[in-house]
This record gives sequence, structure tokens and C-alpha cells, in this order.
Amino acid sequence: MSAWRVVAVIAVVGAVTFLTRAAPFWFFKRGTPRWVNYLGRVLPPAIMAILVVYCLRGVSLLTYPYGLPELLAGAAVVGLHLWKKNNLISILGGTALYMVLVQLVFAG
Amino acid sequence: MKKAFRAAFPVTVPVLLGYLFVGLAFGVLLRQGGYGPLWAAGMSAAVYAGSMQFVMLNFLGGGFSLVQVALMTLAVNFRHLFYGLSFTERFRQMGKKRWYMIYSLTDETYSLLCSQRAPEGVEQGQFFFAIALLDELYWIAGAVLGTVVGGLLPFDTTGIDFAMTALFIVIAVEQWQAYKSRFPALWGAGCALACLLLLGPDKFLIPALLLAVLGLLACSRPIVKKLGEEGEQ
Repeated sequence: MSAWRVVAVIAVVGAVTFLTRAAPFWFFKRGTPRWVNYLGRVLPPAIMAILVVYCLRGVSLLTYPYGLPELLAGAAVVGLHLWKKNNLISILGGTALYMVLVQLVFAG
Repeated sequence: MKKAFRAAFPVTVPVLLGYLFVGLAFGVLLRQGGYGPLWAAGMSAAVYAGSMQFVMLNFLGGGFSLVQVALMTLAVNFRHLFYGLSFTERFRQMGKKRWYMIYSLTDETYSLLCSQRAPEGVEQGQFFFAIALLDELYWIAGAVLGTVVGGLLPFDTTGIDFAMTALFIVIAVEQWQAYKSRFPALWGAGCALACLLLLGPDKFLIPALLLAVLGLLACSRPIVKKLGEEGEQ
């Protein structure tokens, strides 16, 4: 694979990525319509829920370990966050628990 | 500006951890493909989209035309179209910095911008810029580090990518508590799960996003009523 081909791929991916991020700003140059403002308000929680599902899309509930590591670690994140309200504690605690679960408890 | 960075740093620590770890993973894969630290830095700066950079690794090996690469990128990054919607007004007030803000609007930076407000005495635009720039530096540092250290890490890092999931969950919990209407979050989760079941893990994201947007537009009246008119930009 030539270096130029690699550079071309990077350029295309970079350009399209920028385009997807810039499109709303180009389309609504003369002030944002009402429905856009509305979406800006209500979309974030919907997208965040979708992203959580997206992160967990590879989890299989029908084969071992039946999504248990994700369920337990996810519950730990929610619990820690409701309790301490500290992003870092919730994320570190949940991730550490998840690593222990997949490496030691549900290994193999 | 210094004050903005000092205020932004604690806010970005979760992303620091997430990006360092996931960037590290990306760098390790890159190194296995025969690419060094310069490639890692170049790719991360030119593209700067976590999940897309992993997908891009498949394109480098050939077998895809550039048009296919463009379409695939559009599909994977389509969600960014909606991220910008939340910030069209805010970024426009930021002058030339808005181009950097647009370029650097990743999932994680978007999450932080949604949930964080500048503390008193710090200008909101500078605060946003500092968050975005710090996040990108973490990502590039992680990727470069990955190509350098490769498989030399002293502990098993399996499962460390859950940091990203945890970050999204934390933001979701905060939104759940802050929003007067539960419908947007529940509807989003419902769309995602339904599409995941129907279409499978590789194809559900875009349809779920479109369905979520259409549903929210269709139900705008009752939702606006519940949220209250305040906050209308």
C-alpha cells in the first residue's frame, strides 16, 4: 500500500468528518430556525442514551457471560454517581470494576 | 486564557483518562500495522474522531475505493450533524475560534460542552475552547504513546475501554436529573434498542438517530410544554 493512498484515505476521512461537524453551521447561516433550537434542547439526552446503547452494542445477552459485566459495572457507575456526584469517581470505579469482572470473575 | 485552562482541566479529567486509554489502544493497533508515532499524530490531528479512526484502520489496507471510504465516514459520523445543532448560536459568538470548535466537536467534547458551564470570572467561549483543545491533546498523546510503548504495558488493559461507556452513562444520569421531561432520554433509548434488535450492531446507529429526531419533532408540543418556554435561545 503506497503512502499516497494512505494519505488520500486520511484526507477523505478527515474532510468528511469535518463536513459532518460543520454542516449545521453552514445550513443555518441566517439565524437558527425554531425547530433547530428545539432539537438543540431536546436532542442531547436522546443522543446520550443512544450512545450508551452504541457502546454496549457488542454485548450478547444469550451467551456467557450474558452481559453481566456490563450490567454490574453500569449499575455501579449509576450508583456511584447518584451517591458521590463526582464524574471521576463514577468513571474510574465503574471501569475498574469492569476490568476486574472481565479479567478475573467472568474470564474465559 | 490561562484561567480558562485552569478551570477547564478538572472538568476534562474523565476524558483525559478515556482518551489516553482508547488513544493508546488505537496507537497499539497502528503500530501492529507498521505505522509509527508520526502517523499516529498526523491521523489523529487530521481526522480526530475516535471510533472513525478505528474504522479507518480497515481502509488503509486497501479494498475500498475513496468514494466508499467517504460514504462510510459519512455514515459513522452522521451523528455529528446533530451535535452542531446544539451549538450553532454559541459557536457563532466565538469568532475565529469557532472553526476549531467545529473541527474538534467529538462525542466526548460535545458531552462536556453540554454539561459544563464556565465558573465565575471565566469567559464561556474561552472555557469551551480550553476544554476542546485539552481533549484533543489527550487523544493525540494517547495515540502517539500507543505506537511508542506498543505491547510493553505492565498490566492487562482488557476492559479499559469501558471508561468511554461510563462517561456516557454519567452524562445520561446528570441529564436525567436535570431535565423536566423524561421523554427525550427514554425515546432515544427505545429507538436505539429497537433498531439494534431489528438491524444488528453494525447498522442500527444511523436509523436510531433519524428515528429519534423524527419522534422528537413529532412530539414537540407536549415536550416544550413540559420543559417550559424558558431556555429558548
